[in-house]
Amino acid sequence: MIPAAFDYIRPASLDEACRVLGDAGDEAKILAGGQSLLPLLRLRLAYPAALVDLGRVPGLRGVEDRGDHVFIGALTTHDEVLRSAVVREHVPLVALATATVADPAVRHRGTFGGSLAHADPAGDLPAVALALDCVFVARSGEGEREIPAAEFFVDYLEPALHPGEVLLGVRVPKLGAGWGFHYEKFHRTAQAWAVVGVAAAVRVEGGSLEEARIGLTNMGPAPVRARAVETALRGVAPAPGGNGGAGGSRDPLRDACGEAAEGTAPPADLHAGQDYRRHLARVLTYRAVRAASA
Amino acid sequence: MPRITVTVDGVRYEEEVEPRLLLVHLLRDRLGKTGTPVGCDTGNCGACTVMLDGRSAKSCSVLAVQADECDVVTIEGLGRAAELHPMQKAFHTEHALQCGYCTPGMIMAAIDLLRDDPDPSDEAIRAGLEGNLCRCTGYCNIVRAVRRGAREMSGEEVRTS
Repeated sequence: MIPAAFDYIRPASLDEACRVLGDAGDEAKILAGGQSLLPLLRLRLAYPAALVDLGRVPGLRGVEDRGDHVFIGALTTHDEVLRSAVVREHVPLVALATATVADPAVRHRGTFGGSLAHADPAGDLPAVALALDCVFVARSGEGEREIPAAEFFVDYLEPALHPGEVLLGVRVPKLGAGWGFHYEKFHRTAQAWAVVGVAAAVRVEGGSLEEARIGLTNMGPAPVRARAVETALRGVAPAPGGNGGAGGSRDPLRDACGEAAEGTAPPADLHAGQDYRRHLARVLTYRAVRAASA
Repeated sequence: MPRITVTVDGVRYEEEVEPRLLLVHLLRDRLGKTGTPVGCDTGNCGACTVMLDGRSAKSCSVLAVQADECDVVTIEGLGRAAELHPMQKAFHTEHALQCGYCTPGMIMAAIDLLRDDPDPSDEAIRAGLEGNLCRCTGYCNIVRAVRRGAREMSGEEVRTS
C-alpha cells in the first residue's frame, strides 16, 4: 500500500514554514521524522492534501540547558535525546521513557516534538510531559505561544496546536535534588507500543512520599495525569519491607496505588480489555513508584 | 514532480519522484536494489532496514523525497558473493536464517549496533535488534551470528560500504 497522493513542500526557514502552513490551513500536515505519520498515511488513516516537511528548517533541533529547565527542540531525534548528557543528568525521566520508544532504527528518525504533537495516548512521551508539567512552545504567523502540558493533549491524536502552528520545542522543568523517577511499561514482546505505561516522579522525605506525580500511557483517548493516586500517595512510605504486600499483609503503598485507574476511560482492543488495563495501571504504578523511590 | 539526488551503495542517482514514493520502492522498483525486501509495510518488522546517512532506518517509513541529498547503503552495498561482509559471513556460518526474508534488515541493524557497541552482550544484541522480527529462527542463531560478526570485525573499523 502506498499513501494517497499529496503535495510536498519543504520550507527552508521557520518563517516560510509558518507562512505555508498558514495558507494551507487544516489541509496540510507537518512531516517531522515521519515515523508515526508515514504508517498512518500508508494505512490511509490520514490523507492530507499537503505535507510540509520541516526536515530542513534550521534551529528546531538540539538540547539546551537553560538553568531551571531543559529546552528540547522539536526536531531533536529520540536517538539524540538519549545521547544528551544534559537530558540524562537533569531530566532523566525523559531518557528513561525515550529508551523504550519503538526500536533503534525508528529512534534514529523519529523526533521528540513529532512524537508529542502526534498526541497518541499510547505514545510514551506524553505521560512524561504531563508528569513533569512541561511547557510546549509553538509559533505561527501571529507569534509565539506557550501551552502547558495539562492543556496540550486535547483528544485522540489531537494536540492543542492550531493549523498553521509549528511546535518549536518543549521546556522540561528540572525538578532538582530529592526527586526520583521511573517509567514502567507493559508491552508485547514483538511490539513496543505500551499496553499501559506509567511515568512517575516522586519526592521522598523522612521515609514517606512528600509528592508524587503520575502520568499514564494508553489509559484513555488522551494521555492522563492520575491526580487521584497522586493524592492517595502523599505521606505513604514507599518501602515497607517484608513481602511487599503479597499474601495478605497490609502495604499502604499498594493500597494507595489502588487509586491509579480512578477517573480513566481506557480503550479496549485486542491487546487488553478495560478491566485488565485498569489492573495494569494499578500494578505498574506500584512498580513505578517503588522504583522511583529506591 | 520533485527531483532528488541520492547516493545508493556508492552510486549517485538523480531521479524525479512522486512525493508519495517510499524510499524502499525507489530502491527496489526504480534502482533495482531488490536485496532490500518489503515486509510489514508499516515500520514494525525491520526487513527493509537500510543505512541512511550512516544510521539504520526503515525504508518503508521514509519518503524518497526525504532522502534527497542523502547517502543510502543497502545490503547490496555491503559485500559481494565472492567477498561477503564479515556480518554476512557470520550469518551464513551460524545458520542465522531459514527463509531469509528478515536477513538483510537483521544484518543492517546488527552493523548499526556495533558502531556504538563493538562488543555487545547477548542482551545488548537482543535490544539492538528489537525492531527486526524473525518468524523462523527463534533468534538464538541470530544472536550467535552477531557475536561472531562482532568478533570478526573487531580491530577493524565498522564498514558499511
